[in-house]
Amino acid sequence: MTFEITFEGRPIPVVPGQTIGAALTAAGIRSWRTTRPAGRPRGLFCGIGICFDCLVTVNDRPSLRACLVEARPGDVVA
Amino acid sequence: MTRADLVVIGAGMVGAACAYYAARAGLAVTVVDRGSVAGGTTGSGEGNLLVSDKEPGPELDLALLSCRLWRDLAADAFEYEAKGGLVVASTDQGFADLKVLAAAQSRAGVQTTTVLPDDLPDYEPHLNPESAGGVFYPQDAQVQPMLAAAHLLRLARDRHGARVETGVTVTGFIRSGDRVTGVHTTAGKIVGENVINAAGTWAGQVASLAGVEVPVLPRRGFVLVTEPLETIVRHKVYAAEYVANVASEAEGLETSPVVEGTRAGTILIGASRERVGFDRTLSIPVLRRLARQAVALFPMLADVAVIRSYCGFRPYCPDHLPVIGADPLVAGLLHACGHEGAGIGLATGTGHLLTQVLTGERPDLDLAPFRPGRFAT
Repeated sequence: MTFEITFEGRPIPVVPGQTIGAALTAAGIRSWRTTRPAGRPRGLFCGIGICFDCLVTVNDRPSLRACLVEARPGDVVA
Repeated sequence: MTRADLVVIGAGMVGAACAYYAARAGLAVTVVDRGSVAGGTTGSGEGNLLVSDKEPGPELDLALLSCRLWRDLAADAFEYEAKGGLVVASTDQGFADLKVLAAAQSRAGVQTTTVLPDDLPDYEPHLNPESAGGVFYPQDAQVQPMLAAAHLLRLARDRHGARVETGVTVTGFIRSGDRVTGVHTTAGKIVGENVINAAGTWAGQVASLAGVEVPVLPRRGFVLVTEPLETIVRHKVYAAEYVANVASEAEGLETSPVVEGTRAGTILIGASRERVGFDRTLSIPVLRRLARQAVALFPMLADVAVIRSYCGFRPYCPDHLPVIGADPLVAGLLHACGHEGAGIGLATGTGHLLTQVLTGERPDLDLAPFRPGRFAT
């Protein structure tokens, strides 16, 4: 009962109800953006929508919190 | 027991500046704060160093002095940016009024450049093209206020031997007759020749521990923070109505858009003012108004996400001037508080002038308009 989204062109399995952040983390991906000044890796930190560390672009919509956005079949994440 | 020449109560921007200038002048300084560095109003504002929002008078003179002193201190460590301010009028009448104000400010020593509507995009490419005109103020600048307070305290401590005690609450004053000779704290006594009350919005409570009144009250202000973006707002940009709101006597909610970028890429959107005591309750209607006004100024902000908001309590006095100088009733006690929404900008002048008072120099500005005794009836 899983479906897939794509992250940087590669398929990521998702259990229905998982957030994009959870699916990426379950697939072993721990960071998906870098800070602008120092290029440091960022992924889930607070996991509850407060810190804005986990921002992703989903289907061309920028700056979404991966920890809050539920994954949908076919989502393209960058 | 600790001994000092000067005890500064408050590790916000004003207390930090007082400590820095006094320590640099050779005084042994101890700073105490019941919370952390920049834990009060300093940590809940925007870091404005503005001359543009002040009408000619003593506060503008203090702002001009303070801006010069900030330029001397300017450091990357606290994100000092001499970016200049752009005040924008939305109507022809507003533009006419703004030019009258700018002419008066110019006579008082402020640098101003009138910007016609066609030239506004050269300053701010994303500004609403319907704007009626503006005035550019090159002396306006910006700092990251928490870093600035920490920086001055660090200089005071590391270069000039000051002590900084955070998490220590002042519980009373040590008295010798009519004179204050230090403070009692939750961590013991600190004996000092002089004590500066730089407790910001809470300065009235500190003053009452010495049996005197300082009529500082809180005015709540909210700030919205956007997601980080590439630089789209280059200057401090605010609507001409802001000047009127700053000086207003109204009890109710007042908002006027103040928009600025930060080093981190976020855009800060202010400014609201309400007299609601120390109530921190989030107000959605206020945030909505701030957002709407900011979008009116910069239409492209409509597509930008706000990631959080915060609020703080600007310490205001009935006449909207700060309280700077020696207490008329209690020898040894000085006040440096009540700077309302301008405390970051005015901190350097305040610290410098009080240091001149403490070291027996003639202050660079007449302190009479700021004297603590002016409220006595």
